[in-house]
Amino acid sequence: MTQNERANGDVSSVRPEPVEGSDERKEATPGALLGAVVGGSLTDGVEVRLAEGASVEDIPVGSYVVIQGERRRFFGMVSEVRLASTDARLRSAPGGFSDPLVTQALSGTAAYGAITVRPRLTLPAVAGSDGDIAPARTVPAHFSRATRASDADVAQVFGAEGGSNFAVGTPLDMDAVVCLDLKTMLQRSNGVFGKSGTGKSFLTRLLLIGVLQSRLSSLLIFDMHNEYGWEGGDVERGRRVKSLKQLFPSEVSVFALDARRAGNAPVQPDFNVEIGYDEITPEDIMALRETLGVSDVAAEAAYALGRRFGEGRWMREFLRLEGSDEIGELANEINVNGSALATLHRRLTNRVARLPFVKESAATDAVPSIMDHLDRGKHVVLEFGRYGDDVVAYMLVANLLTRRIHDRYRERQSADGGERATTPLTIVIEEAHRFLSPAVASQSPFGIIAREMRKNNVTLLVVDQRPSAIDPEVLSQVGTKVCCLLDDERDVDAVMAGASGSRELRTVLAGLRSRQQALFFGEAVPIPVAVQVRDYGSDASYNALMGRRPRPAAVRPEPVEGPRPAKTPVRAEGNRGADTPAATDDEDDDPLFG
Amino acid sequence: MTLDGAPDNRIGEVVEAGSTGFTAECYALYGAPPLGSLVRVGDPAIYGVVYSVTTAALDPGRRVAARGADEPDEASVYRNNPQIARLLATHLQALVVGHDRLGTVVQRLPAAPPRIHAFVYCCDAGEVAAFTEQLDYLRLLTTASVPAIDEVIAANVRLAAEGRPDAGAFRQRAANALATELASDVTRLNAILRGIA
Repeated sequence: MTQNERANGDVSSVRPEPVEGSDERKEATPGALLGAVVGGSLTDGVEVRLAEGASVEDIPVGSYVVIQGERRRFFGMVSEVRLASTDARLRSAPGGFSDPLVTQALSGTAAYGAITVRPRLTLPAVAGSDGDIAPARTVPAHFSRATRASDADVAQVFGAEGGSNFAVGTPLDMDAVVCLDLKTMLQRSNGVFGKSGTGKSFLTRLLLIGVLQSRLSSLLIFDMHNEYGWEGGDVERGRRVKSLKQLFPSEVSVFALDARRAGNAPVQPDFNVEIGYDEITPEDIMALRETLGVSDVAAEAAYALGRRFGEGRWMREFLRLEGSDEIGELANEINVNGSALATLHRRLTNRVARLPFVKESAATDAVPSIMDHLDRGKHVVLEFGRYGDDVVAYMLVANLLTRRIHDRYRERQSADGGERATTPLTIVIEEAHRFLSPAVASQSPFGIIAREMRKNNVTLLVVDQRPSAIDPEVLSQVGTKVCCLLDDERDVDAVMAGASGSRELRTVLAGLRSRQQALFFGEAVPIPVAVQVRDYGSDASYNALMGRRPRPAAVRPEPVEGPRPAKTPVRAEGNRGADTPAATDDEDDDPLFG
Repeated sequence: MTLDGAPDNRIGEVVEAGSTGFTAECYALYGAPPLGSLVRVGDPAIYGVVYSVTTAALDPGRRVAARGADEPDEASVYRNNPQIARLLATHLQALVVGHDRLGTVVQRLPAAPPRIHAFVYCCDAGEVAAFTEQLDYLRLLTTASVPAIDEVIAANVRLAAEGRPDAGAFRQRAANALATELASDVTRLNAILRGIA
C-alpha cells in the first residue's frame, strides 16, 4: 500500500464510519466511561483525559459528567473540550501523520482528547441512594473515573416531577426530565430572555402553566401580544395553541382593554378594563416620560399639576384647558416652564387621552376587581388586544395597575405585620426593558418590586429580548434566568453577569437552536441546564400537562365560585369547566374534558 | 532441541554475556538469524532480540584481504578459497528481552545473564507468537542505547507479525504499545511505526 493509498483510502478502517441517520443522542451513551481525572482545580475545573473509545466528537460542551471520587460522586458540566498531545512536535511534524496505523497508534497515546469538567454538585457516593446533594466545594482525586451522566443521575439532580417540581423538558443530549423547583423560583423575580422569535412566549406560557398548577402563586399577566389568554401562536408549526383560559377556564380570568378582542376567542372577557383620568397619577407620567417623549421638566410638571388640582383631578382639569394662553397662565400660576407644560398637554391629549379605554370617568375600577379575582384564587390575564402594539398603552396600563396593586399588597403586608400569608403574586410583563431601564427602574413599580424581592409578596416574571437595556441592579435580583438564543454580545453579557462559570454558559447559549431550546440557570435549577423544551400544542402535550395533579390549596383562599378541584385531573377539569360558558361546547370533542 | 521436538534451531553459542545483552558466535558463517529476530538461550530460557550481526576475521589481528580480483563472481571467491570459511566468523548481538521463570515467560531482565557457551536457538513462529502475546518487552528495546535500535524494533515487529494469522491486528497492537512508550517523542515514534507498516 502506498502512502497515498493509505492517506486517501484506508482511513475508514481506522475511524468508524458515521452511521447514517445516527444523531448525537444515539452516540452519546449515558453512563459510558469517558476517562480519568488527571489534574485541575476547583476554579478552573478538573481535567479528564479521555479513555480509548471516548471521542471528543461525542462530548459537546455543556454535557453532564459524573466523576466517581473516593468518597463522593461529583456532578459536573463539560466546560471545555481539547485536543492535547504529549509532544508539542505532533503539531508541526513534517508531512503530518497520514498512515492509519500511525494515526490510530497516536490516538489516545501521544495525541489524546481531554475535557475540562467543572464540578458543580456532590452526590451521594452510591448512585441512586438517597442523600444530600450539595454544591461541590472540592474536586475528585486523581484517576477518578469520569462517566457520562446517566438519565438516573440527571433525574437525581433535578428531582422527580411532581410537587413543586415542574418538568420543562429534557437536557439537549439526554432523555431525563429537567424539573424547575417552582417553590424556589417564586421566591424571587425571574426572567425569560431571548431574541425575537426564539419562543419566549411559548416558554413563558409553559412556565405559567407550571406556576398555575403548582398553586404557589397567583399570576397577573400583562398580555401584550394576546398570547396567554384564550390561545396563542406557535410560529414554528404555524398553528394556534391553547392558552391558559382554554386549559384552566375556571381558574383564569381574562381582563380586556379592547372590547373587540383579538383573535377569535369564543368567550367574553370577565372584565372590560377602563382607565379613568382620576386613576392616572403623576408617577405614571414620570414612568412614561421616555415613551411619551417628554422632558424631565415636563414630566415633573405633572406633580405640580397634582398639587394644584389634587391627585385625582389633575388630569381632567389639565386636559380641559384649551389653547396656549390657558396653558401659559397655568404655567405661570404653578411656576413651571410654559413650553414644557404645553408639550405635556399635547402628548397627554394625543397619546394618552385618545386611547379608547382611557375615559374621563371610568365606569368601573379595574384594580379592586383584579384584586377581587386574585383573592378568589384566580389568575388574571390582561389582554391588550389591538393596543398591544401601542407602547404607551401597554406601559401606562401596566405601570398604573401594578403600582396600585403593589400598594395594596404592601398595605396588607404592613397591616398584619407580614404574618398573614396572603397569596403571593407574580406579575408577568413583556418588553420588560421599557419598564426597567436604568433611567426609569428606580421610579417604576416594577423596579421597586424587582429590588425588594418578595418582601411584599409580589415578584416579577420579566420577558424581554433586550436584557442589556434592563437596569443591571434589577437583573442582579433575578433569581432564575431562562435564556433562549441571544445574538447581541451586550445582551449575553447582561444575562450572564454574576453567573458562575459564565464562560461555559456562553458556549452553551451560543449553541442553542433558535427554537424550543433554552438555557435555564439560577436558583430554581441546581445547575445550569440547556433544555429541549417539552412539546406544547399537541393533544398529547395538553394531556401530559394537565396530568399533573394540582396540590390541595394550602395557602390561598378557596375560590368562591365553582366547586373545588376534585382528586382526578380529568374530572377536575370537567368540574371546573362547568361554571364557564366556554367549556360547555368543548366538553364533547376536547380530549381534556372527554 | 525445540519445545515441540521439531528440528534443532540451534545457531550458535554465547561468547560474551551481560545483564542486558549477549554476544553469540554462530556455528555457520553468515548463520545469524535476521535482524530483529527473537532468540532463546540456555535453560531456563533467556530471550533476546538480535540487534547487531557482524562477520569478521576470527583473529582480530589478521585483516581480511580482497581475493576476487581474478574471479568472475563472488561465489567462486569462496569456492576457490575454502580456507575463508575457517578464518571468518559471524557473531550476533542480542538485547535481553525476557526470561523463563517457572515455566512462564517474563518480559523483564533475568537475575543473572546467560552463561558463556550457552546454546543459542532461533525461536520458531510458535515461540515468537507465544512470546509476543505480551508486548512489555518493547520497553526494553526502546530504552536500549544501541545504534539504530529503531530499525531493530521495526524489524522485530515485522518479523513477529509475519508469522501470525492476525498480522494486521498485531501490527496495530504493537504500534499502540510503542505509542504508549514513546508518547513524548512522536518523531521517533513515527519513524518506527512507518517501519512497521
